[in-house]
Amino acid sequence: MSDATLAVPLRLNGLGKPGQRIDVLIVSVICVLGLLWGISATALAHDLGMRVIAAIFTIAFAGGLFAISFAGSKGNLAIDEAVYLDGVIKAGVIAASFWGIVGMLVGVIIASQLAFPDFLYFKEFGFLNFGRLRPIHTSGVIFAFGGNVLIATSFYVVQRTSRARLFGGLLGSFVFWGYNLVIVTAATGYILGVTSGQEYAEPNWVVDIWLTIVWVAYLVVFLGTLWKRKEPHIYVANWFYLAFIVTIAILHLVNNLAVPTSPWSSKAYSLFSGVQNAMTQWWYGHNAVGFFLTAGFLGIMYYFVPKRAERPVYSYQLSIIHFWALIFTYMWAGPHHLHYTALPQWVQTLGMTFSIILWMPSWGGMINGLMTLSGAWDKLRTDPVLRMLVASIAFYGMSTFEGPAMSIRAVNSLSHYTDWTIGHVHSGALGWVGMVSFGALYCLTPWLWKRKRLYSEKLVEAHFWLSTIGILFYITSMWVSGIMQGLMWRAYNEFGFLQYSFVESVKAMKPYYIIRATGGLMFMAGACVMAYNLWRTAKGDVAASEPITEAQEA
Amino acid sequence: MSKREIDDHSGVETTGHEWDGIKELNHPLPKWWLYILYGSIIWSFGYWVAYPAWPTLNSYTHGILKNSDRARVTTEVAALKSARAPMFAKMQATPIEQVKSNEELFQFAQEAGKSTFNDNCATCHGAGGQGNKGFPSLVDDVWIWDGTYEGIRQTINFGIRSGHDQARISAMPAFGRDGMLDAGQAGDVTEYVMSLSKMADANAGKAARGAAVYAANCVVCHGATGAGDAAQGAPNLTDAEWLYGGSRADIAAQIHNGRGGVMPAWSAKLDAETVTALTVYVHSLGGGK
Amino acid sequence: MLLKNHGIFERHSLILTLGIVLVVSIGGLIEIAPMFKIESTIEEVDGVRPYTPLELVGRNVYVREGCYTCHSQMIRSLRDEVERYGHYSLAAESMYDHPFQWGSKRTGPDLARVGGKYSDAWQVDHLADPRSVVPESVMPPYEFLKHKVVSADHIGDHLMANVRVGVPYTQGAIDSAAADLMAQADPMADSSGLQSRYGGKVNARDFDGDAAKVTEMDALVAYLQVLGTMVDFTTYKPETADNLR
Ligand code: HEC
Ligand code: HEC
Ligand code: HEC
Ligand code: HEM
Ligand code: HEM
Ligand SMILES: [Ca+2]
Ligand SMILES: [Ca+2]
Ligand SMILES: [Cu+2]
Repeated sequence: MSDATLAVPLRLNGLGKPGQRIDVLIVSVICVLGLLWGISATALAHDLGMRVIAAIFTIAFAGGLFAISFAGSKGNLAIDEAVYLDGVIKAGVIAASFWGIVGMLVGVIIASQLAFPDFLYFKEFGFLNFGRLRPIHTSGVIFAFGGNVLIATSFYVVQRTSRARLFGGLLGSFVFWGYNLVIVTAATGYILGVTSGQEYAEPNWVVDIWLTIVWVAYLVVFLGTLWKRKEPHIYVANWFYLAFIVTIAILHLVNNLAVPTSPWSSKAYSLFSGVQNAMTQWWYGHNAVGFFLTAGFLGIMYYFVPKRAERPVYSYQLSIIHFWALIFTYMWAGPHHLHYTALPQWVQTLGMTFSIILWMPSWGGMINGLMTLSGAWDKLRTDPVLRMLVASIAFYGMSTFEGPAMSIRAVNSLSHYTDWTIGHVHSGALGWVGMVSFGALYCLTPWLWKRKRLYSEKLVEAHFWLSTIGILFYITSMWVSGIMQGLMWRAYNEFGFLQYSFVESVKAMKPYYIIRATGGLMFMAGACVMAYNLWRTAKGDVAASEPITEAQEA
Repeated sequence: MSKREIDDHSGVETTGHEWDGIKELNHPLPKWWLYILYGSIIWSFGYWVAYPAWPTLNSYTHGILKNSDRARVTTEVAALKSARAPMFAKMQATPIEQVKSNEELFQFAQEAGKSTFNDNCATCHGAGGQGNKGFPSLVDDVWIWDGTYEGIRQTINFGIRSGHDQARISAMPAFGRDGMLDAGQAGDVTEYVMSLSKMADANAGKAARGAAVYAANCVVCHGATGAGDAAQGAPNLTDAEWLYGGSRADIAAQIHNGRGGVMPAWSAKLDAETVTALTVYVHSLGGGK
Repeated sequence: MLLKNHGIFERHSLILTLGIVLVVSIGGLIEIAPMFKIESTIEEVDGVRPYTPLELVGRNVYVREGCYTCHSQMIRSLRDEVERYGHYSLAAESMYDHPFQWGSKRTGPDLARVGGKYSDAWQVDHLADPRSVVPESVMPPYEFLKHKVVSADHIGDHLMANVRVGVPYTQGAIDSAAADLMAQADPMADSSGLQSRYGGKVNARDFDGDAAKVTEMDALVAYLQVLGTMVDFTTYKPETADNLR
């Protein structure tokens, strides 16, 4: 018996009558409890950071309760199983565009700070110092931009490929708003100096707990929708989304274990220390790459590429093999972030070898994506959105080739600690994560707002070139500066003495930092062009110079 | 469920499923893909046999090569040291004043000195040793302490006010802060110090009054003429070269606070040969005595 | 096999979920669990002690300001790093670091052994305005730390939380945390209690050049000055099999 046939007797669809709906009850209880906590924590907070974070939570929970009662009184909470739930996905598209631009703007700012070190620095306060802004950038682009893209697309894809409305009624909105509350409180915390000091896991313990609650709801919504699906089989995109959701939950829980100094203090001390903490951190950090930035976005690829190209997925066998191989192998590769450190060497070996093994499972996704286009390559000429998607797959292939190469200990002895890593990150982040997200957003906007076409394909074209050239500026400058740094640090003169001081290497980076900032600015400009285009599309406009043709109609 | 069908483009059969219009083909796994995958796994097995790899109950497999990064780096550093050793030995055996006249030795000492200087000393003394406010220039021939070879060596080894037993120590009192001079006296002596260095804007009236203050409080260290006393590290006040800056405010601040800079001791961090090389290097920068 | 029977995962969302959980757990278990079990993971050394309250406050400033985004605290076992920064870092040196701050990017130099390398005054000048001492620097200015006075109000809670995660502070250390915090930065204070709890080598003095106040600058410099200075390398045997791991 399949899940779908089970679902009906279990009556998971209905969630009871309006007024006694369990989803509304759950969300309301969370908001009430949250509100009580928020008020007390605002009053009792030991530090400014905690007070501000608690105040934001308080406002958000009060707003949530108000929204529920308002929507309830208007009868807007009713669930119509006959239609897909799209409102929250629209919100996700808007949030993703917004956070994308914010995150990239902060990226451009910190890039400029490294190139022109007095930019936005103030001696008398540290809110805008590099060390506080960098986590805003990384969290902003990965979790705020990437996370909203993932939530929006996963909700869209799981409904369409299951032929079922999103499970959980109000929980879908709860996930979206709750997740964005994580982002706002985390970012506010960083500016105020509230951080747990581990890369990509910087939100403090309060935000971590809230994210856990939201993430459980996300899993429930996603699994529930799969459960009530009307397709006998679960589509491959959903395997990847599910792996992403489940694994991120595990990673988040383990790596963020910490003991707060008091219930009213923003500061907590991580449960693990030193070498063990390093191990859990990079097990987490590498798999944030593997499951957030890779598995999740492969889910996007597996839906949007065949859909847009109107071609079947290339190989079912390959999907199976590379899916299981990818999720198994990724979890071993974390120690490649710790080569030659005080991490015991045996773990480094495991990290390195599994990173090499990871190469082909990663490329399985690339092959399945690219080969899906066979028979539709001509569309690349006419459809800039498809071109965006294809370029993203190419960058995915590139960074998953570069990654295993950098995992080789000898290579890593040069690349680690340098801009080479930063270049690698951004070929994955701008090229793969950025471009595949842009492609998905360009697809989703006309579909969700029921428009025949995008406002302007010429603007998509412009965006494509801005991004591509921006990326090239970014990664080529970082390759040069990274390799140069690595070589300068280890250079010996003919007498057997270190040839350069550290500061000389800092000085040598300047031109590359300027080129990088320029590339980043172009990439961000592209994202602004996209946001404009999507906004006009949602409004229903069509650029005057681009009349609707038969071929473009969806 | 839709039926299996043949895709017209590739001629391959679909799996028979369809989701929102998306179908699946079932191309076989690309051969090259499989081979590389197997290859990487086989290579890993080899690597695991050779190197430390798998955890056991309270240990790990050491690998047949018995490789250890820590052992390797120790050997590498030792090898580098022994490669430098002959030249260092020659340098240590040569009286330090004569290193300069032996071209080969001198060049070696310069390279060794410069390399160490740039990562350890330039942060305070500036790239090339030109100095910074509070951190003396090493390129001029003005010495607060002792600009001879042995003097420089001692300064580097033990530092100045570094807390080391053999450090050079001396402390100028904080005349203003500790109330030893009132504001008027401090102002006067400031003008007097300015006049010692022949600064044009020194107020002659105040300076004349300041001379008495100077005679009563400063002579013990800076000397009657203001020429300073290297034994106490008291700078020359007549040479218009200033450690803490030569503006009226800077001079007044020093008289008020009596700052004494700290130069760290390096004897524990750098070995004796390196210090010799550094000494030669620093001496050659400017006016070594 | 997998290919033939894969339908079971595709038809049952819970089985798929379970399969995923199982498959992703293996790598982490095999790599992480032994870290807590294998004794050679953390070397046996003399000298490593918990941070004093002032150093702990300084460390929290270090974390708060995100210094780890530019600085590593991990000297790798590579020749040039050992020559530039000193002995490669041991795991034991960060065993009381919650969280660890090894870093992943060296925009600035490694700080693992910066303790004692420069004077307090240089550290203060440099932190307040890095380009005034190192013109090529790209480091942000931290002048404001000189004006932020450290409060001892909750310092006992901080030590307690550290005890809960395994740092061996004694009850005495917790009880006198506030006094120790202030005494370490006060040149007039009696620091014998502090030294009896944290050892005679502990640096007690005014760090920021303003003896009247205990500021975050005092705390941060106190922390920087202790980095890499704890291990007694005269008693450490780098060549034993366990330490070569
Ligand atoms: C923390 C900053 C700092 C570092 C690092 C430093 N110095 Fe110094 N150095 C000083 C200060 C401050 C003085 C002056 C002390 C005083 O006020 O008398 C000084 C004085 C000296 C003097 C004596 C100058 C004189 O006029 O008598 C020599 C020589 C010297 N340093 C060499 C070096 C060398 C070589 C190194 C590197 C191995 C080095 N210094 C590293 C701060 C530093
Ligand atoms: C106990 C010895 C001592 C006495 C007394 C003393 N000084 Fe000094 N003075 C020093 C030392 C030592 C320094 C250098 C501090 C350093 O190297 O950091 C110094 C530095 C200075 C400087 C800064 C020089 C520069 O290059 O920036 C000035 C100005 C100065 N003294 C003026 C005075 C005046 C005026 C008096 C009397 C009111 C005085 N000193 C009394 C020991 C003394
Ligand atoms: C934007 C990057 C950046 C940030 C953030 C940063 N630094 Fe730096 N730091 C540098 C650079 C570059 C240098 C090397 C040039 C110099 O000495 O200023 C440096 C040098 C240093 C040095 C001297 C190290 C040596 O051995 O010469 C210390 C100590 C230091 N930083 C401490 C800190 C502390 C503490 C913080 C946080 C409060 C911090 N830094 C934040 C970039 C940064
Ligand atoms: C406008 C475009 C962007 C610019 C200008 C930019 C700039 C930067 C800069 C300057 C850094 C710090 C590098 C350093 O410490 O030396 C950084 C780090 C990082 N950025 Fe970006 N970025 C951009 C877009 C993105 C996007 C879209 C993503 C992800 C989806 C991303 C992910 C990251 C990550 C993960 C890091 C941390 C890397 C590490 O710790 O190794 N960035 N970025
Ligand atoms: C097979 C796949 C991959 C492997 C084996 C791999 C390997 C590596 C290696 C060796 C590093 C450098 C670690 C260091 O020296 O500090 C690294 C850093 C990084 N990679 Fe990858 N990579 C892969 C794919 C990707 C992809 C697709 C992305 C992004 C979308 C990505 C994002 C990152 C990030 C963000 C970092 C920086 C981590 C940090 O130091 O903060 N990687 N990766
Ligand atoms: Ca956290
Ligand atoms: Ca103070
Ligand atoms: Cu990684």
